[in-house]
Amino acid sequence: MTSLIAYWQRLSGHRRFAWITAGFIILLGLVLTYRRFFIGLGDVTNLTDEFPWGFWIAFDVVGGVALAAGGFTLCFLVYIFGYHRYHSIVRPTVLTAFLGYILVAVGLLYDLGKYYNIWHPIVMWNPHSVMFEVAWCVILYLTVLFLEFLPVVLEKFNLIAPLRFMQKLTIPIVLMGVILSTLHQSSLGSVFLIVPNKLHPLWYTPILPLLFFLSAVMVGPAIVILESSLSARLFHRGLETPILADLARFLQVALLVYVAVKIQDLFVRGVVGELFTGEYEAYHFMGEMLCLFFAFVILAFRKLRTNQRWLFTAATLVGLGVVYNRMNVAWIGMLRGTGASYYPAWTELATSAFLITVGMVAFYFIAKFFPIFPELEEEHSHA
Amino acid sequence: MDGPASILLDFTLCIGCGACEDACQEEHNLPADPPEDRLDYRNYTVVLKKDDQYYRKMCMHCEEPTCASVCPVAALIKTEEGPVIYHPDKCIGCRYCMMACPFGIPAYEWHKPIPVIRKCIMCNERVSAGKQTACAWVCPVGACRFGPREKMLAIAKRRIAQFPDRYVDYIYGEKEVGGTSVLMLSGTPFEDLGFRMDLGEQALPELTWTVMSKIPNIVITGGILLGGISWIIQRRMDIEKENLSALDEHIKNQEKGGDA
Ligand code: SF4
Repeated sequence: MTSLIAYWQRLSGHRRFAWITAGFIILLGLVLTYRRFFIGLGDVTNLTDEFPWGFWIAFDVVGGVALAAGGFTLCFLVYIFGYHRYHSIVRPTVLTAFLGYILVAVGLLYDLGKYYNIWHPIVMWNPHSVMFEVAWCVILYLTVLFLEFLPVVLEKFNLIAPLRFMQKLTIPIVLMGVILSTLHQSSLGSVFLIVPNKLHPLWYTPILPLLFFLSAVMVGPAIVILESSLSARLFHRGLETPILADLARFLQVALLVYVAVKIQDLFVRGVVGELFTGEYEAYHFMGEMLCLFFAFVILAFRKLRTNQRWLFTAATLVGLGVVYNRMNVAWIGMLRGTGASYYPAWTELATSAFLITVGMVAFYFIAKFFPIFPELEEEHSHA
Repeated sequence: MDGPASILLDFTLCIGCGACEDACQEEHNLPADPPEDRLDYRNYTVVLKKDDQYYRKMCMHCEEPTCASVCPVAALIKTEEGPVIYHPDKCIGCRYCMMACPFGIPAYEWHKPIPVIRKCIMCNERVSAGKQTACAWVCPVGACRFGPREKMLAIAKRRIAQFPDRYVDYIYGEKEVGGTSVLMLSGTPFEDLGFRMDLGEQALPELTWTVMSKIPNIVITGGILLGGISWIIQRRMDIEKENLSALDEHIKNQEKGGDA
């Protein structure tokens, strides 16, 4: 206790404020959790029969999975394509992806009416259902992420023999991870293929799975950039600037591909006119594209690209653009077709904030006590 | 019965007595005081009125039900007899069925800690015992008839042909999303009654199946491709390393030689 107080006194004002805010959000989240599970979904959400999926699905699940894409893009580059100089950021990225997926799974538990049946897809099959595919992907990919993270734990406790064994398995595990992510990211797009009459034509397209996949590939490096920069500040570490510059190039290419496919799709389906109707859908679509456009402009200039602040901004914009897109597909674009007037209750927003806060606190502690960052490891061994 | 069961609703005959609603509540032990203007967790069917036309809303029991195709655990299935039924014990409560239903039928118990999906199950027990649905059995004027789909369709066509002034020339459910087991006749255009006319004739499950059926291919091709790539690149790097160390060796030897 005394050491805790001493610790508190050593903290800067900023950090104290952050901890107090986190504590408040977590307390509130616990109350909401009680209300959700003991009173019902209706008590904390604005969901209705007309609009059965809301903010939790749009943001926590569909958006969350996209943001967890950093793991698979980076593992792909490092292990499959042999970009071993990125090695130093693999661990924090895998950790983020792992925590991200756990959050998605927990978010799903909050949203499922009969959450205790969440394991049912393992034994009750319906291969025709995209949701069945999604469920399997989440289960398998969580396992893979766990295996990818396991060496960190083994290393911490100096278990050399199993560590050797795990290292031999690295490539197959990574391969599985990449394939599962591909399926999973795209399948979240496929989920919406079944609502051609409800989803607005700006977003409903037969290539939804492809668009979801491409945008996940794009947001992957953006997340890695964000996360390295943030943890550099949080843990006072140096930034892997050359690596980030590389990632920026990669991000730029992925962004171009995604936007090109997306715009071409509008033309192919002949719905470009929908952009100029002056309806709210058009504005939201442009909003999502504008985020990407500004990011593209920043990335286009070498001066900006190599500047830490600007790169951070560009990566943030890409992340925003993708989350915006997911919200549009799962929420905004569904309003007119369903005739519903859904907007999230503050309790829905607060619950999401709660889950994210718990995730960040978990990341902080794991990064502090496990060998996640190479330089901190040195400190560990010195201590 | 010959062929899967179906229900023919003739709105022009309906007198709005609500006997079908009551029979349904009783048959399925539904909560008292259901809403009178819409479907929710308290009722499986509802009789509504627009201008002078009574009409009914209920599950359409699609030939290829979207809800059953999207349910990850097959809690909703179409039986051979025709009804689309629901197993609450299997259900995980993802509500994908509600999302996907083109007719917006399944309702949820939002107010309960452990909610289940509620929708008409075409009196599955009665039907498999060879009886009519409760609503068809109780209807005093034959506005709701029960029988094999082929037969109901024939009756509907005959009525339209015989009384072209009485009916709009359309059988709702004949072709909607691949055809439904509930068929409807009306004197007022269906769109005026709030029925969607833009659903198309394609069964929606096909939309996803075209993608889903490619998955095994993606996994196998992708696995081989990625595995191959990583092997080649790894191999190259190893060779390069060997070359480098050989070069090192060589240089060292030379230096040694130079020293001597
Ligand atoms: S809510 Fe239940 S019945 Fe509906 S799709 Fe999900 S698991 Fe199936």
